[in-house]
Amino acid sequence: MSVSVTLTVNGRSVTRSVEPRTLLVQMLREHLGLTGTHVGCDTSQCGACVVHLDGRSVKACTVFAVQADGASVTTIEGLAAADGTLHPMQAAFREHHALQCGFCTPGMVMSAIDLVKTNPAPTERDVRVGLEGNLCRCTGYHNIVKAVLAGAEAMRPPVVPAAE
Amino acid sequence: MYAFNYHKPGSVVEAVALLGQNEDAKLVAGGQTLIPTLKQRLAMPGDVIDLSGISDLSGIREDGDGLVIGAMTRHADVVGSDIVRRRIPALAALAEHIGDRQVRNLGTLGGSIANNDPAADYPAGLLGLGATVTTDRRTLAADDFFIGLFETILEPTEVVVSVHFPVPERAAYAKFPNPASRYAVVGVFVAKTSTGVRVAVTGAGAGVFRETAMEQALSAQFAPDALAGITIDSAALNDDIHASRDYRAHLVTVMAKRAVAAAS
Repeated sequence: MSVSVTLTVNGRSVTRSVEPRTLLVQMLREHLGLTGTHVGCDTSQCGACVVHLDGRSVKACTVFAVQADGASVTTIEGLAAADGTLHPMQAAFREHHALQCGFCTPGMVMSAIDLVKTNPAPTERDVRVGLEGNLCRCTGYHNIVKAVLAGAEAMRPPVVPAAE
Repeated sequence: MYAFNYHKPGSVVEAVALLGQNEDAKLVAGGQTLIPTLKQRLAMPGDVIDLSGISDLSGIREDGDGLVIGAMTRHADVVGSDIVRRRIPALAALAEHIGDRQVRNLGTLGGSIANNDPAADYPAGLLGLGATVTTDRRTLAADDFFIGLFETILEPTEVVVSVHFPVPERAAYAKFPNPASRYAVVGVFVAKTSTGVRVAVTGAGAGVFRETAMEQALSAQFAPDALAGITIDSAALNDDIHASRDYRAHLVTVMAKRAVAAAS
């Protein structure tokens, strides 16, 4: 049995015929060639596969592609602007050298953006707790936390001073 | 994982019919337990029935003296609900510590209680608050719903629709999480309700259970010290690589005291 799945991936509508057991991360990587989303543990613990499903961070290794039928998916490839300008969170990760081997980075960035969406001014503790679903095997958490704090600040709309 | 056929019914009636037609079918709600189970080939359903197309299974509303939460309501929606935070903050706090943020964005109330993992959090919340489960065919008290290890009173074709939580006078949940899985090594939900004190324990035994000696002690005096003289019998508790049964027995008292302190 195969089923037709239509997704809006990074703003583009795509339709593929997949088996029901195909995971969302498999569809992204193997059917659509979007290999920026990584498979780490494949047991919904490490967070390397985090993408946004209708605006919420999820572990794409623990969603069937068919469950996402009709949904909007954003992957790490969909963050930068068309001209290549990095998303503020990506830029913060680069600025603060928030990666060592880089394997966990796409998932970290996707989780961090979702975190900041519900908590625009997180504390260091909020960031550490909020990223509990993402593991860095290099244990490079210190700079990741610094980058998320800086990225959050960059994502906040500037405070407009009250008119005199 | 083994191959399966996929169904996405648009109504509960249709889901029940599909369960009746396909003997070894499984329901998928958020999939946060089912998908890992299928990956390990611990289950081999010929058919998977996705409940996410049934919109009236989701939502949170006030209902007289309590809250009604739909079976397909995601943990993250319980965490973020103004209604839950205002009426039963202990329930929002419980949901906030299930798994991690990504699991909470998909995992559901109905999925958690129908699976009845012995270390899951929601079963303690339902039993501790004296909740009532509504299915496609009947209503069931939490005291009758949870039977034992991954076992509930649900019939093979029965579908959970919603849960009614009465608002307690005060309540809190204290959990000692496994640092890797965030499941409860031991979790204790304590509630002071209009009909008495209820203490529900998860993670410690084969399934969630009430600790009646603690309930009686807290009925006399709702304070952590009231639990000081109570010894938890460890004989029937879980004993595994995460914790010995004696350690779990100790944790039941520690978590119960913390919950009472937080609820006081």
